[in-house]
Amino acid sequence: MKANASLAFSASEKVTGWRLFLKTIVARAYPRVIGMQREKSWMFFDVFLPMLAVSAYVFVYRAIGAPEEYVGFVVIGGAMTAFWLNILWSMSSQLYWEKEQGNLALYIMAPNSMMAVLLGMALGGLVATALRAFAIIIIGSWIFQVQYSITSFTQLIAVFLLAMTALYGMGMMSASLFLLLSREAWHLANLAQEPVYLASGFYFPIKFFNFWIAAASSLIPLTLGLDAIRQLIFPSGALLGFLSVKFEIIALIVLCVFFLAGAKFLLDHMEKLAIREGRITENRR
Amino acid sequence: MSNFALETKDLGRVYKIRGNKKESQERKELIALENVNLTVERGELFGLLGPNGAGKTTLIKILTTLLAPTSGWARVATHDVNLNPNLVRPRINMVSGGESSGYGLLTVRENLWMFSQFYGMPSKEANQRITELLTMVGLEDRINTKSSDLSTGLRQKMNIVRGFLTDPDVLFLDEPTLGLDVGASRDVRKLIRSWMDADKNRTLLLTTHYMVEAEELCDRVAIINKGKVLACDTPANLKRNLQRDAIFEIETSPLNGLTDKILAEQAEVKKAALTEIEGGAKLELILTDESGLATVINILTEKNIKVRRFTKREPTLEDVFMELVGQRMEDVEQGGAE
Repeated sequence: MKANASLAFSASEKVTGWRLFLKTIVARAYPRVIGMQREKSWMFFDVFLPMLAVSAYVFVYRAIGAPEEYVGFVVIGGAMTAFWLNILWSMSSQLYWEKEQGNLALYIMAPNSMMAVLLGMALGGLVATALRAFAIIIIGSWIFQVQYSITSFTQLIAVFLLAMTALYGMGMMSASLFLLLSREAWHLANLAQEPVYLASGFYFPIKFFNFWIAAASSLIPLTLGLDAIRQLIFPSGALLGFLSVKFEIIALIVLCVFFLAGAKFLLDHMEKLAIREGRITENRR
Repeated sequence: MSNFALETKDLGRVYKIRGNKKESQERKELIALENVNLTVERGELFGLLGPNGAGKTTLIKILTTLLAPTSGWARVATHDVNLNPNLVRPRINMVSGGESSGYGLLTVRENLWMFSQFYGMPSKEANQRITELLTMVGLEDRINTKSSDLSTGLRQKMNIVRGFLTDPDVLFLDEPTLGLDVGASRDVRKLIRSWMDADKNRTLLLTTHYMVEAEELCDRVAIINKGKVLACDTPANLKRNLQRDAIFEIETSPLNGLTDKILAEQAEVKKAALTEIEGGAKLELILTDESGLATVINILTEKNIKVRRFTKREPTLEDVFMELVGQRMEDVEQGGAE
């Protein structure tokens, strides 16, 4: 240890309130974004492997002579699966992993808001995953010669942002839920992965579901988001859409409010339970 | 209102544990803390000394707002930890021994910066302190190393820096040198002492089951076992009570059926602990006075046990613990108290 160092720190001007909230979001998003830069394996696992699934559906559609827009549907669906995988494996399971690692107790003990921690995780995950999704769209569109025809750029941006807000709100809510309901987050994530691929219509328009099944599937924000995006970027998209884009936008706003409020409620409940019972922040070391 | 940095009154914590499904649905109760009354002055380095499972970590969890007490109350920096956790949290920080917090993909600096942001520190100031503190613990050359590439000891040093980084009014260190080698433990103890010496308003609560650590660092020590505080005073005062006793360490040939119970039955023997060592045994004895040694030697002779080495020594905190609990801390731990 260096003998001449000083530990008489000058009084620190620590920020509080909304500025602490923002600092926490940025700080917690940082590992997600920077982690992706350092772990290059995502290019293989998150771009190349989903491209294989996309290719399989493209070849099926072409073999049966389906309209060419279906190829575009599949490429966009493939890109959106990246967000779903991120929600499952990085958002929903995150508080569980944080507990196992010993970070959860430190987050609760710090003066920051736990909601800001979750928002930081979501923002970091969204930014990192958007790059993967974008890569899938660019590569898929180039390989399969997908043609786009955007009818309303403003609506497209609005739908994407609303779908992402609702989706990551759902991820934030399920983060507390996974922690509260079960220690086997791994199995829960596995259980939710494939059914959502089907229910959200990643590789086909959900219009072909029975109305009530499609309506129930619409509780997953990706379903309506994907349906609206397809309507807005493909010439025949509107014909294959489940509901009108305007109605889907309203539904997405409702889902955003529901999931974010649910996330806040469950997070507060989780924190209270953790402090009352003393088990939730314990890792299994 | 009092001006103590830490204060507890009749503090208790009972855990309800689910039993076997086949057994009754009633939950068993485990008393982790019972009627703990402690006060720690501002500027004090206070030690909690006890074996694993004594309730030290439970107490720290309550004081750091991570766990609610089931009875009594606790205040940190004059604020009730249960009623006003949001007033307590900006004033505290905690580091646990052997923790694996942070993210392996981030460098040492990035991990520490991230945690500083959760306390609202300006980035520039945080980075400056990170460099200073890492230099003090000899980790400055690893500042840009990914934390997953650090050894356990170096990672623990990083965690300890995280605790000091936010310059809390009250810092909780839960077994900070657990698993560290001798050199690293020494560095950590020096850092703790320097941090306390640099500002007399800082308070530090240290839990440890290393007697030497408590003796070297702490202004006062509370000895805790099975959730109860058995004694609380300066290390010197705790030992002073034993100074009228005679404390001996005797190394012998194998014990030939001698047990500590046989020794403890003698009127002159206050406490006795036997440990088997290679090729023989070690006896640690607290006697009412030196004359009691003759009785012990007689017993050894009767059992045909040879004395190989014999030392009279000054009391240590280990002796204080043995006097209070009736067993050495090591033996209590082996008995699986919690």
